[in-house]
Amino acid sequence: MDLLEYQGKQLFARHGLKVSPGRAVTSVDEAVAAAAEIGYPVVLKAQVLIGGRGKAGGVKLAADPDQARVHAQSILGMDIKGHTVHTLWIERASDIASEYYASVLLDRSAKQPLVLFSVEGGVDIEEVAERTPEKLIRHHVDALAGLSREEALDIARRGGVDADVVEGVADALMALYEVWTEEDATLTEINPLIVTPGTAGEGGGREVRALDAKVSLDGNALFRHPENQGLSDSANQDPIERRASEQGVQYVALDGDIGVLGNGAGLVMSTLDVVAQAGGAPANFLDAGGGSDAEKIKQAVELILSNDAVKAVLFNIFGGITRCDEVARGLIAAFEEIRPSVPFVVRLDGTNDVQGRELLKQADLPNVHAARTMSEAAEQVVALARAGTSNGSVAAAEAGG
Amino acid sequence: MSVLVDRDTRLAVAGITGKEGAFHTLNNRRYGTNVVGGVTPGKGGQAVEGIPVFDTWAQVAEAAAPNTAMIFVPPRFAADSILEAAGAGVELVIAITEGIPAHDELRVYNTLVRDHPGTRLIGPNCPGVLSPGKANVGIIPASFFSEGNVGVVSRSGTLTYQIGNEIAQAGFGCSSIVGIGGDPVPGSSFVDVLELFQADEQTELIVLSGEIGGSAEEEAAQYIAERVSKPVVAYIAGFTAPPGKQMGHAGAIVSGSAGTAAAKALALEAADVRVGRTPTEVAAIAVEILGGAVRS
Repeated sequence: MDLLEYQGKQLFARHGLKVSPGRAVTSVDEAVAAAAEIGYPVVLKAQVLIGGRGKAGGVKLAADPDQARVHAQSILGMDIKGHTVHTLWIERASDIASEYYASVLLDRSAKQPLVLFSVEGGVDIEEVAERTPEKLIRHHVDALAGLSREEALDIARRGGVDADVVEGVADALMALYEVWTEEDATLTEINPLIVTPGTAGEGGGREVRALDAKVSLDGNALFRHPENQGLSDSANQDPIERRASEQGVQYVALDGDIGVLGNGAGLVMSTLDVVAQAGGAPANFLDAGGGSDAEKIKQAVELILSNDAVKAVLFNIFGGITRCDEVARGLIAAFEEIRPSVPFVVRLDGTNDVQGRELLKQADLPNVHAARTMSEAAEQVVALARAGTSNGSVAAAEAGG
Repeated sequence: MSVLVDRDTRLAVAGITGKEGAFHTLNNRRYGTNVVGGVTPGKGGQAVEGIPVFDTWAQVAEAAAPNTAMIFVPPRFAADSILEAAGAGVELVIAITEGIPAHDELRVYNTLVRDHPGTRLIGPNCPGVLSPGKANVGIIPASFFSEGNVGVVSRSGTLTYQIGNEIAQAGFGCSSIVGIGGDPVPGSSFVDVLELFQADEQTELIVLSGEIGGSAEEEAAQYIAERVSKPVVAYIAGFTAPPGKQMGHAGAIVSGSAGTAAAKALALEAADVRVGRTPTEVAAIAVEILGGAVRS
């Protein structure tokens, strides 16, 4: 579950990581009011879960209310690579002396948390890793012991930060690690982590602060964090994906025209691949799990068909614990209620497959075709989708690609 | 032989009194697995179809001496149940539970390494382990598999059944089928199970079924190149998965340019592993190799 920048910053602040004061707003008037409250100059930042906001014009500096209004008007509602900007984060503009990079992630290979740190921040960190790997400090943390202050100080020193901010960077790393562990994050990233120039006369105290925030939370751990339930960019989530997750169905929207349903995540992924190999483009991933009951199958079919791009549907079931005859009964019951208008190809294999296929044959559902193997099913459904396209409008054909 | 579970398996089940736990435990027992006990806190003294239930792993360990644990408890209790079983000295823990937080899995994995090096964890979020003709621990439908010389290791359940069924229809059987699960921090990886199959006399060919996310397949490829002399046939699911999207399994996600199916297939092919493009093709390659071995 990926969080928007401001949601990440709010989590950061809760754990003592320094961020600039700011407010999230959804209208131009709110934006101007927030800017006045925070004090100019302010930065207006589009809140979307996609990189390249700055280049797209989604991050602007405003020195006065007129500029704030103009920028808020231009950014709110803007489309950035398919993501609509519904929320603006307004914060006090920062003076920047240096830009660093810091993150904590789960190293699946080492099976340990990994802290990454670099004084080359504000740029794509994968490029830093490639061009100047010596400038990217990689430090594995003992998951059971956690990150110690000595380790954090050592990372800062090895990274080559200025002597006066070693403590500040270590503080930031400790807080970032605390967010990672205590909020059940799989990624906490700050790019850039800035150092302010400091103010002469006040002892030159330079501050280390998170100017951006990228946080992914583990959906499986939300039961421990009821306060985090509502986070993430629900306004930009695919509406069918959102409905599916409310129903507890594993659904991922894709951009093709062939609806896919199967039981088991691996089998569904495999089905998408086989459809693509047959020259088709899947419209979705849907794992019905133990899809034996009619109600569940009906829900799944409704989800798939609520995508207007779908021209044909492939039902790929390998019955293990799930019995194919029960799936067939569920399918027949679901069809009687929904009466889909697009063709279905149904492949039933595994436990009680013969009975299941016989039931489907007897039911003689209109526009439902049986297939024996995955490859055969994929070829059939691709052909049916193409036939559907050629009968349809030109616009539909183009949309189907 | 076979790997992990066999006629010497003495199984105890955490969550045996739940609906799913009871159903699959009894299924496993019907298959011939020796089920010696169950654990449900607060239900000690009860029995499930004659299987005695205990409050703790320490109690079942003392009374029934299980050497294998199956974990069927809900996600929020699973990590502690795994560690409790390990603490009671159980050597093999097979965790079926899906939805355990990644940080819990990280804690479990590292605690096992530090405090219980004698315990091996399979899963979580896995279908279990089946050694046809000997024992079944988990939810793998045993009817598709007969005894034979193919070892199967997989991150996915239904895909394993699909491939195994096609191999069976061609007349071949399996030594063991091991589901290592679809989570980001599995207790055992491909490499751990490859090591077992390489050492197992019954296993003559290994089928490895992977998917997008992480680098376990790349590590397997390196291990195969260095240590595995038996033929390995592989399948990778998720060539068409878009980056950043979790495809059903918690661990099945392409992060940036890492964890793609194409990279995994390339790594395996570089280690002289034949990679089938469909489950059917994997079975066909396996059968072709086995057929060749029989003829020669």
